[in-house]
Amino acid sequence: MITLSHYLVLGAILFSLSVAGVFLNRKNAIVLLMCVELMLLAVNMNFIAFSHYSGDPAGQVFVFFILTVAAAEAAIGLAILVLLFRNRRTINVQDLDEMKG
Amino acid sequence: MHNVYLAIVLAPLIGAIAAGLFGRQIGRIGAHTVTILGVALSCLLSLVVFQHHVIGEAEVYNAMVYTWMVSDGIRFEIGFLIDNLTALMMLVVTFVSLMVHVYTIGYMHDDPGYQRFFSYISLFTFSMLMLVMSNNFMQLFFGWEAVGVVSYLLIGFWFKRPTAIYANMKAFLVNRVGDFGFVLGIGAILLHTGSLDYWEVFGQAEGMARETIGILPGAEWSLLTVACILLFVGAMGKSAQVPLHVWLPDSMEGPTPISALIHAATMVTAGIFMVARMSPLFEYSEAALSFVLIIGALTAFFMGLVGIVQNDIKRVVAYSTLSQLGYMTVALGASAYAAGIFHLMTHAFFKALLFLAAGSVIIAMHHEQDIRRMGGLRKYMPITYGVSLVGSLALIGFPGFSGFFSKDGIIEAVHASQIPGAGFAYLLVLLGVFVTAFYSFRMFFLVFHGEERFRHVQHDDAHGHDAHHGHGHEPHESPWVVTLPLILLAIPSVLAGYWVGPILFGGFFDGVIFVLPEHDVLGKLGADYHGIGGYIAHGLMAPPFWLAMAGLGAAWYIYMKNPAIAARAHERFGKLYELLDHKYWFDEIYAAVFARGSVKLGSTLWRFGDALFIDDILVNGTAKTVGRLAQWARHSQTGYLYHYAFAMIIGLLVLITAFVF
Amino acid sequence: MSFPIPDLVPAIPEMFVLAMACTILVVDLFLKDDRRDVTYGLTQFTLFGALVLTWIVHVPEARVTFSGSFIADPLSDTLKSFIYVIAAGVFLYSRPYLKERGLFKGEYYVLGLFAVLGMLVMVSAYSFVTLYLGLELLSLCLYALVAFDRDSGRASEAAMKYFILGALASGMLLYGMSFLYGLSGSLEIPVVAEYLIANAGQFSVPLTFALVFVVVGLAFKLGAVPFHMWVPDVYHGAPTPVTLLIGSAPKIAGFAIIMRLLADGLGAMHADWQGMLVLLAVLSLAVGNLIAIAQTNIKRMLAYSTISHVGFLLLGILAGTQEGYAAALFYTVTYAIMAMGGFGMIILLSRQGFEAENLDDFKGLNERNPWLAFMMLLLMFSMAGVPPTVGFYAKLMVLQAVVQIGMTWLAVYAVIFSIVGAFYYLRVVKLMYFDKPADEPLPVRGLDVTVVMSVNGLLMVVLGIFPGILMSIAALAVGP
Repeated sequence: MITLSHYLVLGAILFSLSVAGVFLNRKNAIVLLMCVELMLLAVNMNFIAFSHYSGDPAGQVFVFFILTVAAAEAAIGLAILVLLFRNRRTINVQDLDEMKG
Repeated sequence: MHNVYLAIVLAPLIGAIAAGLFGRQIGRIGAHTVTILGVALSCLLSLVVFQHHVIGEAEVYNAMVYTWMVSDGIRFEIGFLIDNLTALMMLVVTFVSLMVHVYTIGYMHDDPGYQRFFSYISLFTFSMLMLVMSNNFMQLFFGWEAVGVVSYLLIGFWFKRPTAIYANMKAFLVNRVGDFGFVLGIGAILLHTGSLDYWEVFGQAEGMARETIGILPGAEWSLLTVACILLFVGAMGKSAQVPLHVWLPDSMEGPTPISALIHAATMVTAGIFMVARMSPLFEYSEAALSFVLIIGALTAFFMGLVGIVQNDIKRVVAYSTLSQLGYMTVALGASAYAAGIFHLMTHAFFKALLFLAAGSVIIAMHHEQDIRRMGGLRKYMPITYGVSLVGSLALIGFPGFSGFFSKDGIIEAVHASQIPGAGFAYLLVLLGVFVTAFYSFRMFFLVFHGEERFRHVQHDDAHGHDAHHGHGHEPHESPWVVTLPLILLAIPSVLAGYWVGPILFGGFFDGVIFVLPEHDVLGKLGADYHGIGGYIAHGLMAPPFWLAMAGLGAAWYIYMKNPAIAARAHERFGKLYELLDHKYWFDEIYAAVFARGSVKLGSTLWRFGDALFIDDILVNGTAKTVGRLAQWARHSQTGYLYHYAFAMIIGLLVLITAFVF
Repeated sequence: MSFPIPDLVPAIPEMFVLAMACTILVVDLFLKDDRRDVTYGLTQFTLFGALVLTWIVHVPEARVTFSGSFIADPLSDTLKSFIYVIAAGVFLYSRPYLKERGLFKGEYYVLGLFAVLGMLVMVSAYSFVTLYLGLELLSLCLYALVAFDRDSGRASEAAMKYFILGALASGMLLYGMSFLYGLSGSLEIPVVAEYLIANAGQFSVPLTFALVFVVVGLAFKLGAVPFHMWVPDVYHGAPTPVTLLIGSAPKIAGFAIIMRLLADGLGAMHADWQGMLVLLAVLSLAVGNLIAIAQTNIKRMLAYSTISHVGFLLLGILAGTQEGYAAALFYTVTYAIMAMGGFGMIILLSRQGFEAENLDDFKGLNERNPWLAFMMLLLMFSMAGVPPTVGFYAKLMVLQAVVQIGMTWLAVYAVIFSIVGAFYYLRVVKLMYFDKPADEPLPVRGLDVTVVMSVNGLLMVVLGIFPGILMSIAALAVGP
């Protein structure tokens, strides 16, 4: 029997993975975008699980909103990435250190 | 009436802002129009207030306009306390200010700083009104400092003259000494009463009188006496009482309208007003009253003496102002507050008149101020001559002129007073009458009568730039914008005195000024008062009148009839002359003791205390440490995205460990 | 299946802004480059119209609509008004700068308006959904705006950092919300609040866990240490008009969501989040003020100063009393006005091919333009908290609130660091008044910009002398 806590643990693992991805990855900025997407999916997992087990559909409705926003976010993220590549000729995260201090 | 009070205060402020910030845009005419309109409105409304409170006998108005902040239960507020005293002061301030505004059009008309000047004097009017209308110590202090600031600005108005800058500096420093006392006084009051509101403080005056504080070990002083003397030290600075008087003669470096408005009629009387306002406090402290009395008497007599040897027309008037301020202070010390305020009012009119008349002479003489180079101006400047005569007669207290009523009241009050030091003070003020008459008419005769000495000195090129228009031109009467205010001021200089009955003896200040029954000298005098006629008749027989006549006669004999005496007296009393000429060496002593002493003390302290300890260890040390810390801390901002994210994660984890588990 | 139409009246200002933003988007397509002022005019009209509409539909009591996810109450209407006014000021300051650099495009205004709409939604949010949507609408617009100057490498770097970190923070906020939803069974803030009150005194571990995530998300949006790292880089890298936008109005929206989420929704957990905010405030005050001293770039310096001001703002909130909230609101609004003036001044002094963003560019400003120097002086004094400017009063109110709840040590700590902070503000004043100017001429600016800057600067003193007006508005908005 799969219980609520199974889903929550899965969500937590996904969330941790994505967070770890953000700060472990030092090369490709596209991986960062993927991590961000993954994080939102982890949250969605939580919402759906809670919604299902409590019988309240509002959480699932929220997930639709999150998905939509995630799509918009991905679009903007990729646009910034393109811009970055055009200006810097690199999408290496390690090279993004012009501003510091 | 609330809005009327607000309008009275704000109208000059708006004028000042308009002329000050937009002076270039609105031009000269715009600047004087807007400021004069503002002050005229204030003056008109002050009349309305006067009518309402004094004639209509309305209730005393005491209300808060605006609370700036509340801290620890102490309210910092703006508020108005309007009673007969305030109404009178408002009228005097706005009326003299209006006259000076009009006069300035003529006096300053070729000055490049024309708009700036109008802005300053309007700002001054605003500050002075805030001061007199205040109902609490904070606003009083604000007004006090604000009039001070404007006065420094105006003394240094011609900031290209080094003497003006020096005078400016001196006024500032001397007033700092006074203000220090003033702030300490307010602090002492706040300490005990926990309030800044006048009425609340006054209500606790008796309690303060009983409380003592030990400033020096072993000596317990009444808290009230300490507070009152400290407050009076502030008044000594602002109202130029010995020994803090040294700034006022030098302040004559400012333009003449300012000397009339600030350094004769209004600002310097702020100290007098303040003490009268605080009468419920001073009354409970005989020691403080005695102190006030003696300081005033010293100022009244000794400053008058210096006036005798001055040759600069404005300085003569300035020393006469000092001496008259001394008279007002004496009245306060003798608990005859009403007489002090009455003299304040009449003095405001006739002294402003004298100053403005002096200014008119100065214009005619092309900015020559030495009375030895004048003479015989009567036929060229009939109006100025006439008003000067009125002003001088009022000043010496000639029966029938305003000064007579007010000064006589003071002298009689001192005579009747039982406070320690009153006998000494009586002697000095009496002698002061002779001195006043002597220097006033010395100046009057030298300027308007006798030989036309200015013709001999036209070639003197101390004022070389004037030479080209000095030669062919006879001195001539000033334009109407100058003479009109003179005439308008001459009227109250005569008539204001006839109000003596109600003000001194008629309960004008009932409920405003508080006098203990055992100090009530005016009450005693009032019992003998039977109308104006009797008062004048009595005055004609009293010693002050004869002393004044003697002074007048002596001046006439020495300077008109037999000038050789002056020269001989000069030789005979060389030492005395020197003493007076150097103004009792106050300036020299201050320069030697305080200025040089403090420079030396300062440099010693600087070398060891400042340079070594504070600079190297405390200030620079701290600054360096902080700077180094900052340089080190900024390295945490590495610029790498993953470090930023990592910091967030760490923050999250710290919060979770700290607050969840 | 019937679909009840919600009461649309409370949301009329938002709908107006949305409609106008779409209209402007289309209208702008048909405008030639030299007629772009029409876009600008329409934008300002939109803000003005929204302000008027807000007060036309305003009623003193709170109204909830859209199935309990939208609220219009005095707090929202007050904050919205400030947002309109500040946004209008931002657009006004920005115009000459954008024109000189070929950035005077419709996108700036459309994205700006959508960002304003996002803030409005945040201010009126009454459920997690609306709160998240408003927040994302604002954030997405700001990401795009930061990268708005397409040829600037620094701008795209800043946008990338902002985007990734912002998304990370949003994710954390959502993760926290998902737990709150799971525990309380509702997305609506009042329902969550009821649930918490019912369970007061026995909060489970997951609840505190969720709270931490929510606080982290909020702290990031405000820029509190240690979630502040994006602030200096974004402020520095973004084109100055965008920095101006990011640095001013969104702080008000940020304050609003803190009020809705922490004060209203999680008010029962005050004791728990108070400790977290204390930690964040202590760190923010120290780090912000310290690192600002080491800056040579004024945009970065102001960024760190923002962080320290956030510390102060948190002080007011963590007090958890009505006075504290009112003080925090007062602080936020005055800070937004100060920041607008500060960044606006950088815009005013910049010209084509020259950014006045280094501290040295302010040298001798007094000799070149005494009026502007005086305005900058007022702004700096206000930020430093010198009386009688409003900054002093704002700090005083916040400190009073903290002292009232017995945390005197925190007040003393804050005072010490604001003295440290005064150093770098006064350094700007010293540069302007006592150093020799460079020879570069100042650009000539239009009357509108000068007037608004004068109002902006003088407001510092006027509000400082008459703080009562703003304070009573703040107290009224926060409620009894």
